[in-house]
Amino acid sequence: MIDLNLTILPDLLLAAMLIGLAWAALSSDDLRRGVVLFIAFGLLLAIVWARLQAPDLALAEAAIGAGLSGALLLVALRDGVAGNETAGKLSRLSRWLVDLFVLIMTCLIGWVLWLTIYAEPVERLAQLANTMLDRSGVSNPVTAVLLNYRAYDTLLELVVVLTAVLGVVVVGRQRRGYRQAGPVFCGLVQWLVPLLVVTAGYLLWVGAHAPGGAFQAGATLAAAGIVLRLAGYDAAGLPDGRLLRWLLVAGTGLFLLIGLGVTLSGGAVLQYPEAWSGSLILLIESAATASIAAALVLAYRGGRPGDWSSAGDRDPNREVST
Amino acid sequence: MTQALIYALTGAVLFMLGVRATLLRDTLLPRLLALNVCGAGVFLVFVSLAYRGDSMPTDPVPHALVLTGLVVAISATALALALNRRLREMTDE
Repeated sequence: MIDLNLTILPDLLLAAMLIGLAWAALSSDDLRRGVVLFIAFGLLLAIVWARLQAPDLALAEAAIGAGLSGALLLVALRDGVAGNETAGKLSRLSRWLVDLFVLIMTCLIGWVLWLTIYAEPVERLAQLANTMLDRSGVSNPVTAVLLNYRAYDTLLELVVVLTAVLGVVVVGRQRRGYRQAGPVFCGLVQWLVPLLVVTAGYLLWVGAHAPGGAFQAGATLAAAGIVLRLAGYDAAGLPDGRLLRWLLVAGTGLFLLIGLGVTLSGGAVLQYPEAWSGSLILLIESAATASIAAALVLAYRGGRPGDWSSAGDRDPNREVST
Repeated sequence: MTQALIYALTGAVLFMLGVRATLLRDTLLPRLLALNVCGAGVFLVFVSLAYRGDSMPTDPVPHALVLTGLVVAISATALALALNRRLREMTDE
């Protein structure tokens, strides 16, 4: 059943490194070390996605999983950690029981996966997805699934992003910015930011027929914002006030409007007319890119911008920062 | 198929490593890392089931689901970090 040959050697090595890095990241008592190991874990995972022929995911993982998660976690280390280190010390017996439970569950899940992989091949959605590709308006199957066949998934995902960033905005105000960087870093920023913006635009455009798309583009654009903030630009490239609010809801709003518009003209919700689907998908993706980037950069800034007031705001620093 | 099996089993191990750390660690940030490792394990299972050898096209549906999952995971992480910061501010006062 299992053909043992040299071609699976790199896979075994990658799998072992993934497990080792995850173990090291999770068992490390030094938080900073744990976070850095987690970033390395994300980068390794991007290689695994490429190995499993999922280049869309490899791009997204490198930008989101390793890059932006890492940036968010590293900046959060400065805040300190809530929770009491000693409060939940477990007895030896409960530790042992947890380990036993984990071992049994791993074996069970592994057994089920083994059965699934060696089961008789059945009819899969993949065939349907690939045969209908001509009618979807794009030629990258992953983009077709995301923005055509299962567009409601992506709509709800944008709602999740919006909800999360609303939560971030509600619970606190943004962190204090960094001081202006030195001339060398500013010189780098002058090159890097335009390059990231152009890359984001390219990823957005190329997503229709090759690996890329709104998420990868949004993450790359957010990376440009983070670089700007590190260089001492407090706003991190985001506009102020009302425009920022519109930017945050642009993805969800436009998606909903197009969905409703299509319904009014006789189709089902989000069932694009065939001739228009390519342009509609590009339009939705552009708005989604802007919204995702704005949400991620705002999350990196850590909360409500200084010029947004809120009725229940009793922050003592308020007078200082406005 | 052997590759798919290797990565699916790795995904199962990663998921349970994450569960273990979530149960055993008692501060928020390590738990957040653990939950992210859990998510990575689930994504790995999805993608390895979508892989059907180098000669066959992969299944795009799980890929799209995982792409959605990645963005949802980072949104949840960002919200959890904001809550962590707020909690710290409240306990410091």
